[in-house]
Amino acid sequence: MSTISHVFPILMKGVEVTVTVLLASIVIGYLVAFIAGFCRLSNNIILRKFTGFYVEVFRGTSLIVQLFWFYYALPMLFNFDIGSNYWAGVLAISLNYGAYLSEIVRGSIVSVAKGQTEAATALNMSSFQRMRLVVFPQAVRMMLPEFGNYLILMLKSTSLVSLIGMTDILYQGDILRSANLSQAPTIYLLVLVFYFILALPLIWLTKKMEKVSKKGVASQ
Amino acid sequence: MTDNGWSWETFFDSFPIVLQGLGITLGLTIACYLFALIFGFFWTFAKRIPIKAIRWVLSWIMEFIRSTPPLVQLFFLYYAWPMVPGIGVTLDPFTSAVLGLGIHYSTYIGEVYRSGIDSVGVGQWEASRALNFSTKQKWTKIILPQAIPPTIPMLGNYLIIMFKEVPLASTVGVSGILFMANEFGSQHWKYLEPITIVAILFLVLSYPSALLINKLEKKMNRRFDKKAVNTKVQENKGAVS
Repeated sequence: MSTISHVFPILMKGVEVTVTVLLASIVIGYLVAFIAGFCRLSNNIILRKFTGFYVEVFRGTSLIVQLFWFYYALPMLFNFDIGSNYWAGVLAISLNYGAYLSEIVRGSIVSVAKGQTEAATALNMSSFQRMRLVVFPQAVRMMLPEFGNYLILMLKSTSLVSLIGMTDILYQGDILRSANLSQAPTIYLLVLVFYFILALPLIWLTKKMEKVSKKGVASQ
Repeated sequence: MTDNGWSWETFFDSFPIVLQGLGITLGLTIACYLFALIFGFFWTFAKRIPIKAIRWVLSWIMEFIRSTPPLVQLFFLYYAWPMVPGIGVTLDPFTSAVLGLGIHYSTYIGEVYRSGIDSVGVGQWEASRALNFSTKQKWTKIILPQAIPPTIPMLGNYLIIMFKEVPLASTVGVSGILFMANEFGSQHWKYLEPITIVAILFLVLSYPSALLINKLEKKMNRRFDKKAVNTKVQENKGAVS
């Protein structure tokens, strides 16, 4: 018990870092996803190819490799410091998940039934109106379950930022362990519990999103 | 040769060293994958246990493993497991990576199996009962032949996911490609080239395999043309990372 009361406040400090990294990655990641998703559907071939390249590169390589690349290689290559390990971490996570999510955005928009677009055209809507009022609202619903799943995946991947020296939950746990090796089981178990507690609201949200999306979508 | 910027000299110097780690990375991928494939059955059957309390406990354990970081689980097995009184055993880096990543991904693989089994229509179960099939006959002749094929592309996807996840093992000292690249980096203080090589190797290996699996998936879809299966499998795609 004394171990727990000693470890708890130190891990709590890490929670703050984990949560800020998570929130920043979510915001930027989803933004990237929508931008890239729409770019891949654009009529401009250069834009389409370019985003295609981005998506394949970030999906084809591993997140941990990207993280190290951003942290070690980018400053060397362009001779500029990315600012801090915070931005290296957030950028790597959000660009990685942005690539995966953009495919979901694209896939959902494509899978909205063709009749919907045709009907909107028949109603003399402009292409912007068609997307904004008819196709997009239906596509978003299809995206929801995946969006939920990716929230949990993002939470899990924030643990990687401890490897580039950010003081998140895992990093704090590591420091505690190196101070007292025999307590390692308690410490890591607590770290796992901390992550699980952070994941619980996301799990709940995912289930909720799945329910919403099941309420009937006009798709094929 | 400057400290900053790209140097082809360093690139070619570090290439053989990084490549050395590739074999271990591939071996670890296969080992983790096989472990996850086998252990995945455990979760599938756990969800079919008739006693509700056990099912409930096991499904929470599964949720716990699924939603906590594999990196922490890896650290737990490598650093903390030897310290657990009574049952603790010291594991070498490779074994702890196989166990850690294998158990983590088995929870996803188990769901794939489940979605495959669920995709078999209720009528098939009823028919096999009406024909008075034994449990063994029912599974081997009716259910599994229909449940397995639709899961194959999804299982292929997990192989690629696994390949991209095994570099995590470099953190506990498995000398795969990322570990080698880091070693080179810290010795020469040049990270740019070795890490770029790692990224290129990953791309070269995983992109063609992803294309292959996409093709396979399309072929399967045409062959079975089961919309229900695909939506079920789609629901499980959350694990793509």
